[in-house]
Amino acid sequence: MPQNSQEILLMLPHVVIGVGIVISLLIEMYSKKSETILPWISLFVFVFAGVHSIINISANQILFGGMLEVGGKPAIFNFIFNIGAALLILNSIDYIKKYESNHGEYYILIQSAILGMMVMAGSKDIFMIFIGLELMSIAFYVLAGINKKKSSSNEAALKYFLLGAFATGFIVYGIALIYGVSSTTSVDSIIQNFSTFTQNILFIVGLLLFIIGFSFKIAAFPFHMWVPDVYQGSATTVTGLMSTTGKTAAFSVLLIILSASLINYNIDIFAPYFAVIATLSMLYGSIVAIAQKNLKRMLAYSSISHAGYMAIGLAAANSEAFSGIIFYLAAYTFMNIGAFGIISIIEKQNDANTDLTAYAGLASKSPILAAFMSLFMFALAGIPPLAGFFGKYYVFISAIEADLTWLAVVGVFSSVISVYFYLRLVVYMYFKESEKDIDLHIDKYSLLSVVVSGILVIYFGISPDSLLNLILSVVN
Amino acid sequence: MNLELILFLILTLVAAFSSVMVITRKNPILSAVYLILNFFALAGIYLLLNAQFLSVVQVIVYAGAIMILFLFVIMLINTENEASILADKKPIKVFAIFIAVLVFAQIAYLIFYSNPAELSNGTIENLIKAGQIESIGRELYTTYILPFLIAGYLLLVATIGAIILAKKKFE
Repeated sequence: MPQNSQEILLMLPHVVIGVGIVISLLIEMYSKKSETILPWISLFVFVFAGVHSIINISANQILFGGMLEVGGKPAIFNFIFNIGAALLILNSIDYIKKYESNHGEYYILIQSAILGMMVMAGSKDIFMIFIGLELMSIAFYVLAGINKKKSSSNEAALKYFLLGAFATGFIVYGIALIYGVSSTTSVDSIIQNFSTFTQNILFIVGLLLFIIGFSFKIAAFPFHMWVPDVYQGSATTVTGLMSTTGKTAAFSVLLIILSASLINYNIDIFAPYFAVIATLSMLYGSIVAIAQKNLKRMLAYSSISHAGYMAIGLAAANSEAFSGIIFYLAAYTFMNIGAFGIISIIEKQNDANTDLTAYAGLASKSPILAAFMSLFMFALAGIPPLAGFFGKYYVFISAIEADLTWLAVVGVFSSVISVYFYLRLVVYMYFKESEKDIDLHIDKYSLLSVVVSGILVIYFGISPDSLLNLILSVVN
Repeated sequence: MNLELILFLILTLVAAFSSVMVITRKNPILSAVYLILNFFALAGIYLLLNAQFLSVVQVIVYAGAIMILFLFVIMLINTENEASILADKKPIKVFAIFIAVLVFAQIAYLIFYSNPAELSNGTIENLIKAGQIESIGRELYTTYILPFLIAGYLLLVATIGAIILAKKKFE
């Protein structure tokens, strides 16, 4: 338990979200206007938790007798989760009415998912990892199917649930084997005796199963089968949340577990595994995305290839790689949330206007949306000086330092392929005439969210050191 | 022979017999009933090993909750032609055999070739104490209080989710 007011102060982000969930539930029960109140409560909770985490980043402590880490690396992740969720809440205010799922539970579930992610990112015990993962996943399963009348939404929820349960099975089996060998669930004591445990084959098998389970969650190739259908079928704001913060949370756990290979520097048993899934994800995602006409589906495949780029860092597994991955995750979160925000503005009822053709001639109808969409596409393609470029740059540099130059070459090659489909959208927006007349209603809060994401993408691109120094100060 | 050994032999025989019956019955309801018997026999074995809490949980969760789930599934799927469902699905059988062999090999390796991990809190008495409800409750409210609280939120989210997905329409 927190011993003094200092520790309670450091726990505040978790406490505020936990209390926020309960208060939101009460408002949902007793107020007729809950749909209009809850977005603002969620927004306050997320902004408070995000800002609080980043202010207290240097106060790194482990609370609850080795259960939860606050400050330091988890603080950066908490910032990404909460600010990302706050931006998506701004988008949801208008979008969720179009999606015909405007009820308060939507916001309660998003808060629960974020609480689960924060627990995952700060966990120092395998129990905490698992319970946080389940809290996040179960909230996402329901969010994916929140509109019961849509068959695409139902399909997404069912597919996500079945494959998610499959992945959970892998993770639990892995945890059982890890516990069987080490007879402890504390991450710290596992890391301390890592080299002794690795002599036992069952420990390696357990860790491998654990990592395979999380490969589902980061949506890497060959564990990507659910991604396109789930991303296309769910509400656009929910997809934005799953593809960015959900991926970040899964990576945060992989970083916690793989810091073992950073500490015992010579033991890097999983480098071949990550090198293979990185190569396959990058190439598969980039090549298949070319054939996609639906924008949400295209971004789903792009998300697979981005998981590949980040997995390069996991294969390199040195401290540059870890800070590179965290930078990449932050950049990816904000550029993807911006892109999904614009899709959610342009989308109409019944999934209309999510195809590439709907974006033809957007530049003449709404120059500001077209400009921001191009910005996010350039950032996703990794064109300097935007945030996406530096994410890729740091990860590739770490691969070269770890003697994995071939992996960096494959990464560059795959980025070149991906430029084609990102820029195709820009060409559609600026150089094609629109075939049908689309009436555009731009909600001011959604626009605000897009503008904030855009500013963050530009800021992290122009002065990457501001974020990178912060990350380096907590990784080492 | 002391009483403990006799009880152990009876329980293991019942467990082995019932698990064979589960996979050989044609009628899924009968399989389910034998599965309940198997769960009870396992609960008895846990009791012999002084793991009272595990034994109680085995009865409540497996023989209680999970069996209800199985019976619901059997009720919802059409059970009349279940023989024909399995007849032309060779790959499923091969896959099941593969998984069974894998699990068996792993357990055999654990028992015969691998040194059991050094237990952190040593003696047999301590281990017996650790399996009792009193000490589990104390651990749950001291060392594991945070996972316990988060598990509360997990249950809350699961309940909200079930209501959202099952309720006919909102407002």
